[in-house]
Amino acid sequence: MSNTIHDMGGMHGFGPVEPEPNEPVFHAEWEGRVLAMQRAMGYTRLWSIDGGRASMETLPPLTYLGSSYYRRWFLGLEKRLVAHGLVGEDEIAAGKSLRAGRGLNRKLTPADVPNTIRRGNYERPAPAAARFKVSDRVKTRNINPETHTRLPRYARGKLGTIEVVRGCHVYPDTAAIGAGDDPQWLYTVVFSGRELWGEAADPSISVSIEAFEPYLEPA
Amino acid sequence: MADDHHSHDHDHGSELSEMQLRVRALESILTAKGYVDPAALDQIVEACETKIGPHNGARIVARAWVDPDFKKRLLQDATEAANSLGYVSPVGAHLIALENTPKTHHMVVCTLCSCYPWEVLGLPPVWYKSAPYRSRAVMDPKGILAEFGAKLPSETEIRIWDSTAETRFLVVPMRPEGTDGWSEEQLAQLVTRDSMVGTGLPKSPAEIAGEAGTKP
Repeated sequence: MSNTIHDMGGMHGFGPVEPEPNEPVFHAEWEGRVLAMQRAMGYTRLWSIDGGRASMETLPPLTYLGSSYYRRWFLGLEKRLVAHGLVGEDEIAAGKSLRAGRGLNRKLTPADVPNTIRRGNYERPAPAAARFKVSDRVKTRNINPETHTRLPRYARGKLGTIEVVRGCHVYPDTAAIGAGDDPQWLYTVVFSGRELWGEAADPSISVSIEAFEPYLEPA
Repeated sequence: MADDHHSHDHDHGSELSEMQLRVRALESILTAKGYVDPAALDQIVEACETKIGPHNGARIVARAWVDPDFKKRLLQDATEAANSLGYVSPVGAHLIALENTPKTHHMVVCTLCSCYPWEVLGLPPVWYKSAPYRSRAVMDPKGILAEFGAKLPSETEIRIWDSTAETRFLVVPMRPEGTDGWSEEQLAQLVTRDSMVGTGLPKSPAEIAGEAGTKP
């Protein structure tokens, strides 16, 4: 969902950043298994990367904040498996399979793994010309959809400048709800710190987001 | 709620065992239903632990420091440039290199989740995924740099990149002074993960010498 707890930019009160010296790749064996199951089930193409994000964003706020990163991944994966009819809630409760699985379009084999470690390409052929060009002044829209979006709250209704045109990409707002790729032009839009945070902000700071064309209007 | 990892630790050890049991149960369900092959899962975990990681990014940065043509290509199309090296783990679409200069220091965050250039930096550390970093990086980057002990000249502008799409960012830090004539391999030893996220700076030759000196 849009205005949920995951949208953290500009919030106060979470305390200092605490790097962990010599941090291991995984802090427990189960974390690696969760990551691997997530990748393997993502390979079936039953949902998009943004569908996956949306299932975590819609966890109850206290669950989201009280869970480690991989616990959120696990809870989101469980939710998605049930929502897509791949696993029954009774099976989750029982901790074992009670029925045969349904057929999948494709299943990840060890031979496919190298290709899943490498990132996929989200660029798509452009259905129309780009509306904006480098150096154009734009204003981000003040949108508050109840479904998934990648326009953070802190950057809504703000004046910025197109810095780079990144090509035409899968639109997260539709892909997340199973409404297709609906490719949209993607831009790097840069804002001054003062535009985002007010006159008291440090003038030597600027922030950019990667903004899809529907997030923007001419300024 | 200091950060994700702490809350997880503070769940009095029971979360670990509870999570271990739940994750094992889910894997057995998915395996029994024929959805996943445990051998493929093993390989993914192994790749995360051995193949991807900041050693890849460090090689890319070191090459950019010694080879101006490569640096130019890297800044134009980092995916293509990284893959042209042949000795880093394959890099997928839309890697973007950001060059630090005396005028501008780049720092990368994902305020909405934890997007991170896995292939070149490995899985993100807990602090990068934590609420403190995700909330503050876009508003108080200098405070964060101070917490990381990274000192920048006061006139340096800070540019924060919020990874809100499927583009991924790799910071190319400035080459430390006192490294004239160093080989690519030597230079790569100076390139830290944090310097490629923008929360830190590369090591100095003196730091490396100190580390070598403390080895038994």
